[in-house]
Formats: sequence, structure tokens, C-alpha cells
Amino acid sequence: MTLKDGKTGMVLRVDSIAESGLKERLMTMGLLPGTKISVLRSAPLGDPMAIGLRSYHLAIRRKDAANIQVSQV
Amino acid sequence: MSASLSVALTGNPNTGKSTIFNELTGARQKIGNWPGVTVDKKVGYVRHNDKDIMIVDLPGTYSINARSPEEKIVIDYLLTTHTDLVVDVVDSSNIERNLYLTLQLLEQGIPLIIDLNMQDEAEKRGIKIDVKKLEAYLGYPVLLTIARDGKSLKNMLNVFTSISMEGYGASPQLKAHIARVHEIEAEVQDEKERQARLIELRYEFIDSILQEAVEFSHVGTSTSEKIDKVLANGVLAIPAFLAIMYAVFQITFEWIGQPIADALDEFIAGDVTDAVSGALESMEVADWMQSLVLDGIVGGVGSVIVFVPLIFILFFCLSFLDGTGYMARVAFVMDPIMRRAGLTGKGVMPLMMGFGCGVPSIMGARALDSEKDRMLSIMAAPFLTCGAKLPIMALFAAMFFPDNAANVVFAMYVVGVVMAIVSTKLLSHTTFKDDNSTFLLELPPYRMPDMKTVLLETWDKGKGYLVKAGTIIFLGCVIIWFLGAFNGEGMVEDMSESFLASIGAAVGALFTFHGFGTWEAGAAAISGILAKESVVSTIGILYGLPDVSAEAEDAIETAEAMLQTGMGSAFTPLSALAFMVFSQLYTPCVTALGTIKKEAGSWKWMIFAAVYMFVLAWVVSLLVYQVGSLLGF
Repeated sequence: MTLKDGKTGMVLRVDSIAESGLKERLMTMGLLPGTKISVLRSAPLGDPMAIGLRSYHLAIRRKDAANIQVSQV
Repeated sequence: MSASLSVALTGNPNTGKSTIFNELTGARQKIGNWPGVTVDKKVGYVRHNDKDIMIVDLPGTYSINARSPEEKIVIDYLLTTHTDLVVDVVDSSNIERNLYLTLQLLEQGIPLIIDLNMQDEAEKRGIKIDVKKLEAYLGYPVLLTIARDGKSLKNMLNVFTSISMEGYGASPQLKAHIARVHEIEAEVQDEKERQARLIELRYEFIDSILQEAVEFSHVGTSTSEKIDKVLANGVLAIPAFLAIMYAVFQITFEWIGQPIADALDEFIAGDVTDAVSGALESMEVADWMQSLVLDGIVGGVGSVIVFVPLIFILFFCLSFLDGTGYMARVAFVMDPIMRRAGLTGKGVMPLMMGFGCGVPSIMGARALDSEKDRMLSIMAAPFLTCGAKLPIMALFAAMFFPDNAANVVFAMYVVGVVMAIVSTKLLSHTTFKDDNSTFLLELPPYRMPDMKTVLLETWDKGKGYLVKAGTIIFLGCVIIWFLGAFNGEGMVEDMSESFLASIGAAVGALFTFHGFGTWEAGAAAISGILAKESVVSTIGILYGLPDVSAEAEDAIETAEAMLQTGMGSAFTPLSALAFMVFSQLYTPCVTALGTIKKEAGSWKWMIFAAVYMFVLAWVVSLLVYQVGSLLGF
């Protein structure tokens, strides 16, 4: 599955990140293969989503989250 | 002031770096621009232990890959400018990600003082950092601070004046890490893969730092989490946002800002005018000079000064909200809606300011991520109903739609918003289509804002108005006064023989098919380019009612008086509506145009905005009049 399909409350581990303009920024922000992330909530229309990683919170659009392969922990 | 010690502050956004800077230097700051870019350059001074310390607050960045102007500034500054001390401000409650920048800086051989800020928050969240171990593991000095605590900041200054960086250097672990960085740089040819490998390597090293020096103990849901369950979660988030915005506008336009503005207005129109006219008379100054000073300068500049309290209060509220971390939630909550309009969630706040004034709104666009987002936001802001357009709408609505005035004014707000969206769609499909907009935004924990920072920010943004009143508006008033009082043969008694009338007539001819092709309307439109505040006051002067008040509340009284003048017959309800639509949309005032030039970085965009908005307004207003006529209104 990809992070795009993440539901509130899920705890996920990043498997890989597909090449995109955002990949390097995501990695710089600490989102790497192996990083544990939790899905916190969604904005009113379901997008973007808020995730928690490395003791901080990040908002990301579902379109960009589709580039992040994850598996449930 | 020549400084005997120079300090540079660097760190991630949301680490309290600016709070430290503001608390240390207070009002002794100079805010300018880094050469060539619209990023604030903040330099402040403080004297401590007989040393003059110069502190540079570098832009907050997550890394120094030189991908953004901010990142480029940080690394260029640190590598090329001699600085005695470089302080890396780290949010202790978010140490993992913060250490990434720390590590990148250390890899560049920049000796750092690592400041673990927000100690109190880290403790609350069950994060304990062993300072001695961290120092030993990296080889560089580590400092603990709580940004708002005077004692810890004093200690920081003591460290600045006493520390010698000579005694510090990379630890064996750090040296080994840097050696591996060089290995990867030499080995991996592909740029993308090399960056990915380097980032992974850095986070591996950070993990080893955490294992050595940081203890995490599990604590329950944080307060921030609980607040976010209400303010940034599902459907409830939108009414919450609207309620907060409503409160901001109430504070600005009803509770605090407007009463101060009214008092100031009374003071300028009464006491100041009397005093100045008394002084001029006692000095036996020529009549034309009295007219220039009283009608032109005191009246004109005064009408702008009256807006200053509103602007300051509005900025204060927005800076305060920004300091709490709520603005990031607004961007988060509004992103899906803004995206449908072709903009980004981060653009909500700058655009909201456009209902107060276009200038901060255009300036606010600099916080957006991509060139496309910035340009679209800059081009959308001027369509909104700023505080200076409101009197135009209020006056015309009260005069020509007495039964529906409030609805008509509201409709004008809607016209502005709709045209901002239509224009954004248009431009994003034609002019700015390339760049792919992205949205990645940290949601920092809610915090009590630092008052000093809020006040300094308010002052920094608001003082632009005082400057504007003293320069452009001052000049504009003199010019309008001159054009209205003279023609080729000298001073005129009747304004309809003045230069202003001739120019107005030429411009007015453009609106023959709009139903308001009079020289008075033309002159009002021109003066509106100097400042939108001038449209109503120009109309007032031209139709012989010089005391037109810019206050919305007095509009009905004024409207009744205005209907008795020539204005009542110069417009029909339909042509009045066409004029309102035109005023709502046409070329922004010179101050806004100047800001567009500065923010968009070229004259080209400024001229584009001026012409494009004029044409758009001309067309839409023509449609309103012609379609309305066809429908028999």
C-alpha cells in the first residue's frame, strides 16, 4: 500500500519512496525507508493528511503521499 | 555601531530562533533584504560584558542543500562571511529532525555552539537530553535555553562573551562520519542516488547520537494533539477557522481598531486642521499655499493616517496567530479548497490580509513554496475588497441601492473573490503553467507567542504605512491638488476648468459605454490609482461636498447629502453598479504596484498587473452595464 491509503490511527513503516520532485525534501525532513510514521488526521475534505514522524507533525497532500510505499506495523 | 563580536543564528523554522533573536536584541534591529532576493535580513545589536555583539538572524531552514533562496543565503553567509560564533538553535522537543541541519553544518567544517532550546517543552514530552554526552559525542559545546526565560538568555550572552571555540573540534565519531560522507561523495556518481545515500547516512548518525545522549519516555497525548482534534480535524475545522477570522475582523474593525481610527480622524479633521490653518493665517501665507497644505496635504495624508491603527491591529492579530502555530493549521485545513481555485493552502493567510490591504497580502506571498504559487497569489490579492475600497462600495450602495445597500456591498466582496479565482485559473493555464506546486508543511506544536516578537513583527510590517503616508500619498495629494486647482492659464476657481477635468474627461471617455463616461468619474478613477481612499474623497470634492467621510457608518447620511448634488443625476443604479465593479477590480494603487514590482522582482510584472487588471475591470464592468441594459434595468 502507499501512504495515500493511510487511515487515521494507522502506524506505518516506510518501505520506499518513488522518484519525484519532493523525494529529497521528504528525506531531508526525516522521512526515509524504515521510518515509522503514524497517520494523525485529515483536513476537512480528506486531503491533505497530517502524519507524525520523529516526534513532529507534517502535512502532506495525498497526491504526494501516493509516492511513498508503506506497510502496516 | 562597530561590533567586537559577531554571532550568526541558524536553525530550523519553528525552533524559537527568532524569539531568541528578538529577546536578545529588542528594538536594536535593522531589517533589510539579502541582495537580490525577497528574504528578510535581520541584524541586531546588544552590549554585554563590555562587548558590542552583532547578531545576524539567518533564515530558518531544514537543510543547506541550496535548493531554496533561504538555504543558499545560510550556507553562503556561513562559508564566506567571517563570524566569531555560529549558534545552531535546536528545538529540543524535535531534536531528531533538527540535528540534520546541525550535522550538515558540522560536515562543512563550521564550528557550532549547539543551543538546545525549548527545554521546557522537551521535558513535558518526555525527552531528556544529556548535555555532557552530546558535547562529547560531537565535540562541540552544547547550551540549554528556554527562549522566553531571561535567565537562560543572560547565560547565553555570558557564553558568547567568554567562550573560545579554539578548544573544540570534531570528535572521533564525527570525524568518522565525515570521512564516510566524503567516501560516498567520491563513490556515487548519480546525483540523486548520492543525495539519498548521504541523507540516509546522516539519519543513521543521528540515530547513534540519540542512542548515546537522549532518553525518550512515553507520555500521553500532548495538549497540541488535543487542540488539533478540534481546530484541524474534519468538518469542525472550517467553522472554527471562520470564527477565528471573524474575531480578528471584529477586533480590527469594530472593537479596537475602528474606535482608535475614529478618534484619530476627529483629531486630524478638527484639532490638527484648526492648528495648521491658524498657523498659516498668522504667518499670512498665500491663499494657494493654504489650500495646498490644508486641502491637499492635511486632508489627503490624514485620510491615510486614519487607516494606520486598523492596519497595526490587523497585523498584530495575524502575527499573534502566527506565533501560536495556528496559521500552519489554516494552511492545512484550507488547502483542498484553495487548490480547487488554483492556489495552495499556504496562500490563505496572505490572501486573507488582502481584505485589510493588498500590500501585506502581496508581501505575504513570499512565504509560499513555488514561484508559481507566489506569482498567482500576488496577482490574486489586488482583486479583493481592501479597506480602502470599502468606502467606495458603501457610498455608492447607500446612494443608489438604499433598500439593499448591505447586500450590494456584500455582492462586491463576492465579485472580488470570484474574479480572484477566475483570474488565477486563467493565469495558471496561460502564464504560469510550468511549475508543479507541492505542499509539505510542518505543523508545529501550539505555543504561547512571544509578545516581543509579535510586537516587533507588527511594527516591522505596519511601519510601511507610515512611510507610505509620508512619501507616495504625500506626493499624490500634492499632485491631485495641483491638477485640480490649476489649468494652463493659472489657478482656477472652478475645478471643472482644471487640468484634472481635462484628464478626467479623456479617461472618462473610455467609459462611454459603461454608463459613467463623465470627467468626474474619470478623475476619481485616476486618483484611485494613487490610493483607493482617494476615489471617494475626489468624488466628494468634484461634486462639491468636500466633507465626505470615509467611515462606512456615516455612509447613509452622506449618501442622502450626495444625492442632492450633481452626482444623483450623473449615475443611474445600473451605471453606479458598473462603476462599483470597475473600482473593485481595476489597477491597484501605486503602493500595491510598487510592492508587486518588489516581490515579483521586475517592472514587467508590475506593468502587466496594472494593464491586465485595468482591462479585466473594463471588460467586466462593460458587461455589467450592457447586459443590465439589455435586461431592462
